[in-house]
Order: sequence, then structure tokens, then C-alpha cells
Amino acid sequence: MSDPMDFLLWVKGPMFSAALAIFALGILVRLSEILLLGRRPNFAEPRGGEWGPGLRTVLSRFVADSGTFQRAPFDVLVGWIWHLGFIVALLLFIPHIELINSLLGIAWPGLPNPVVDAVAAVTLAALAATLIHRLVHPVKRRLSTPEDYLIWTVTFLPIITGYLAYHRLINPYPLALGLHILAAEVFLIVLPFTKLTHIFTAFIARWYTGAAFGRKGVTP
Amino acid sequence: MSALSLERGLQAFRGEIDAPVAAFFSSCVHCGLCAQACPFYVETGDPKYTPVLKLEPLRLVWEREFTLWGRIKGALGLSRRVTDALLEEWEELLYDSCTMCGRCSMVCPVGNDLQYMIRKAREGMVASGHAPDGLIGASVRAIETGSPMGLKWKTLEVQIKHVESSTGLTVPIDVADAEYLVLLSSMEIINFPEYLEALTRIFDHAGVSWTLSTDCFEATNAGVQIGSKDIAATLVERVVAAAETLRVKSVISPECGHAYTGVRWEGPNLIGRAYPFRVFHIIEVLDRLRTEGRIRTEGKEGDRLSMHDPCNLARKSGVIDEQRRLMDLVAENFVELKEHGRYQWCCGAGGGVSSNERADELKRAAFKRKKAQIEEVEPERMVTMCATCRTQLEEGLEDFNMDIPVVGLTEMIAAHLVEKEEGDNHD
Repeated sequence: MSDPMDFLLWVKGPMFSAALAIFALGILVRLSEILLLGRRPNFAEPRGGEWGPGLRTVLSRFVADSGTFQRAPFDVLVGWIWHLGFIVALLLFIPHIELINSLLGIAWPGLPNPVVDAVAAVTLAALAATLIHRLVHPVKRRLSTPEDYLIWTVTFLPIITGYLAYHRLINPYPLALGLHILAAEVFLIVLPFTKLTHIFTAFIARWYTGAAFGRKGVTP
Repeated sequence: MSALSLERGLQAFRGEIDAPVAAFFSSCVHCGLCAQACPFYVETGDPKYTPVLKLEPLRLVWEREFTLWGRIKGALGLSRRVTDALLEEWEELLYDSCTMCGRCSMVCPVGNDLQYMIRKAREGMVASGHAPDGLIGASVRAIETGSPMGLKWKTLEVQIKHVESSTGLTVPIDVADAEYLVLLSSMEIINFPEYLEALTRIFDHAGVSWTLSTDCFEATNAGVQIGSKDIAATLVERVVAAAETLRVKSVISPECGHAYTGVRWEGPNLIGRAYPFRVFHIIEVLDRLRTEGRIRTEGKEGDRLSMHDPCNLARKSGVIDEQRRLMDLVAENFVELKEHGRYQWCCGAGGGVSSNERADELKRAAFKRKKAQIEEVEPERMVTMCATCRTQLEEGLEDFNMDIPVVGLTEMIAAHLVEKEEGDNHD
């Protein structure tokens, strides 16, 4: 695999399948581990419904309450910027859409490359800022474990390698592209075994909390 | 509470882990925003008081025993075990520095209900013998005497006599088939006897059929605070038995926060069945009487009043508009604290903190958040509807030499009732 082309074919072929399989199986296990635990029956007379407030909370927690925003504007803003940037770069970059189209047969309009390029640059800067914040903020430092730095790294790598490949800063190009795809695969493989699972489970968490508060007549 | 052990504690932790807990721990990304919602962190600046960190013992059990990855790590000897030393260290975090106010549960971006998990984690703390002495004492007194403060019916009886002589009314006792069974809190009986008098006046004015029960007058539940389902269920059973014996339609929880959530939301699940009666906080009952036009008031308080929402009532039970409608009835110069209702800040004393003498310094520290809120709007008096909050506000404001009296909403309503005319009949 000393040849960059062989490397690219490997990451696009067997490695890609393996990553997808580990990701899919891993997520299935994680979601089953959670949902199969269930909840105990609740005998208290409800004051409100569960489903509506649960679903509302799934959406409402995207936005911080004003007090939290005032106390932690950096977390809220930078958190928003890099999450949004990551999603834009992932889903609105035309080559990514073409890949998804070839896999699933669905497509949607993308953004012009220079726009995605700018978004990626901002996302990288925002992610770098979150790392610095994690290293200096007393609460984040106290909470952080090696896993937090691991998931920061596996989140940062697909974007930085994509950025470098797009700007032809790694040569030859098959190597650059291969590294980018490998970074994405590492992300997929690590996802189910780390707190990257929040990509899925946060919605379940929000629903449960929204449902519990909603049942008591509180809009969470 | 015999044979407490680490193994029993671990078993209790295991028993508390359900789908929401697993979803919550799976989702936490260590952003630390829960710290910004916690008065104990905000006022001390010590990162160990970050709410999600307080859950580490429960999280360790979940990771090690409820996830595939954790089991693999455990088998390889790579994961941390919950030990007595760890639980000893966490006792302060789970009890002294948490009032279970639930503010963190409101702001967590991934939607974790941290307060729900703190309540659960305390089950493991009790079972492993790591609960604070102050709360153990309150629990033992509650089980043995019926009151966490060791108060007996005789004490209440004396107070009832006082109320009857000052109002000229009869306080109904053990009246079968009454509409409401009224519960009280020991804190109220000792610190705020005006509550029972206010209630007696209002219910007479509105023609409400109510009763006290000699079998059970205590609404508070030390078991809910310490985190022992066994103790909590025993105490709830007493309320249920009294209500069933007297065949009342509803039970009224007094101006006390956790008593309400304890009997209203936890109670039926503690005893494993729905109640044959309904449960209301006194504020809900007063607001309903107001809606029905059964409370007629005259005159209004003219000074600048603000209000402290008890966490258990507002954020944890959705009773938010009721107290404001009642305030409108008797106050013309009411100003809201900036963050109120479901985003209000805890007084710092609930969730067992006030029964835990060791936590006194932290309790005072946490109050500084409330104090800052009060200073922002400069009220002449504060109004609230929980005896623990009220005591904490009174003591805290006095500590800071702030001359702001604290009043209970029920007694404020009672002070404005239209005098009954001769022959007035509300039946």
C-alpha cells in the first residue's frame, strides 16, 4: 500500500465498508442498550402530555435560554458555529452529495465550493477555540477526560484533511483524499463507543426530559 | 437502615438506571454549561460543584455494567470502580452542594435531566451508608414521630387552640368525607404559625370543607430528600392512609416545596399505585377558589413586592401562573425577579440541604445568587410559598443586613379577605 492510489482504493473500498459496518452495528447496540432499559410505570396523575413537550424539547434545546447565553456566550456561540459548520461541510459540499447519491440514490442542492471552503475554515478556527477553552476553563478542565480530547481530535481530523485536500496542500492528491476519507472513517468507527453518540442520543435525552417535565405541566 | 454496605449501594445504583439515565450519560459532552445553572458553582467558582460531576458514582456504574464498551473495559481492568472512598468523597457533592432544584436540567443543551439523576444517585448513597448525619436524623425522627423535627400532634393541638381563639373559628379535625385533607410541615408549625390561621380564615371565607387528620399532619418527606424509597414510601403511606380513612376528595400540600413534589409526583410511584384522591399545592387550591369567585378581597399591598418561586413548585411542578394571579389580587406594585418561573434561582436550602448542618456554609454561599437577584429589582418585601425557602430568605437577608421582610402568599391573601357579614352563608 505504498502507492497512494492503492491507499485511496483501500480506504474507499474495504475500509469504508468496515467503518460503516462498525458504525451501524455500534449505534444499534448503543441505542438498544438505552431503549431496552425502559422506564417504570408512572402512577402520578399527569398535568400535561408527554409527546408534545418531548418533541418540543428536542427542538428547543438547540437554543440556550437567555440567562445561560449571558453567562456562557462563548460556549453557546462557538458551539453553534462549529456544529453548523460541520454539518454544512458534511452535507452541502457537492462531492459529499455525490457520494451520498451514489450510495443511497438521494441528492440535494449543494453550496458553491468557495462558500463551503470558507465555512470549513471558520469551523476549524471554532474547533481550535473550543480546544483552548477546554484546556483553560476550570469547569471544562475538571470535567475533561482523555476521551474528550480523543473525540475533539477525530472531529477535527476529517475537516482539516478535507481542507488540506481541497487546497492541494497534501500531495499527491490520492493520498490527500485517502487521508480525508480515512479520517471520516475513524470518526464513524469511534462514534458509537464515545460520547460522539450524543449525535443520536441527545435527541432521546431531550425527549425524555421534555416528556418528564411536560407530564408535570412545565414547558422545559 | 441496617446492614448498609458498598454492595447494597451498588445494587441501589443499578436499580435506578433506566432508559433516560442511559440516554443522559450517553449524551453528556462535558460542555460544563450545567455549572452555569448551579448556584453552588456560580457562587463558589469551584468546578467540583459542576452538576454532572456530582453524578460520577452513578455514571461509573452505568458505564461499567450497562454498556458493552464499559464491560469490555472492565474485563480488561481499564475502568474505575466505585469504592467507599469515592462515595465518601462524593457525599458532599450529592448532598451538601445540591438542592435538587433542577435548574441544570432546564439548561443542559443535550437535554439531560440532571436533577432526576441526583435523586436516583442518593438512593445508592443511602444504601451504602454515605448519607449526611443531619438527614439521617431527620429521617429517623420522621419515621419514629411522624415529623422530621420530632414534632408531635400535641404541639400542633396547642397551635390549633391559638388559631381558634384568635379567629373565633373551628379548625376541623378528623372530619370524614371532607373535600380536602390539609397537611402541614413541621417547619411551618414552628416558624410560621400564621399559615394555619390564614388557611382557616380563607377556607371559612370561601366555604371550603376541609379537615386535619390526627393520624397524619406532616406533609414533608425526609425520605425523598435523603434518597430512600423505603423511608419515602413509608411516609407517603401515612398520608394515603389518613386520606383514605377520612375519604377526602383531595389532599392539600402546604407552603412547602419538596412536600408537594414528594406526595404529588413521587408518592404514587413510591407506593406503586394511583391515589383514590387528588393532590394540590395550597397555591393551586387558592387560585381555583379565586377563579370560582369564592375569594373576595379588598385593598391591595402598596409597597414594592417581588416573588421567589420555590423550585419544587415552579420548575418541577409547573405551578407558575397561579401565584402570579393571586399576587395580582392583593398587590399593586409587584415586580418580577429577572429570572423567574421555570428559570428561577434556588434559595439554596432545599433538597435536604437545610437539614444537613454540615452544609451550612455552602447553603449561605448559594444564597448569594438569590440575594443578587433580589438586589437587582430592590423590592421592599419578598413573597414566597415554601417554608424552607422562606426561612432561608429570612436568614440570608438578615446575614447581609438587608431589611427586606419575607411573607407567605397564603397569609397575604388572608389579610385582604372581605369581612364576612352577619348571616353570610357560603354553603
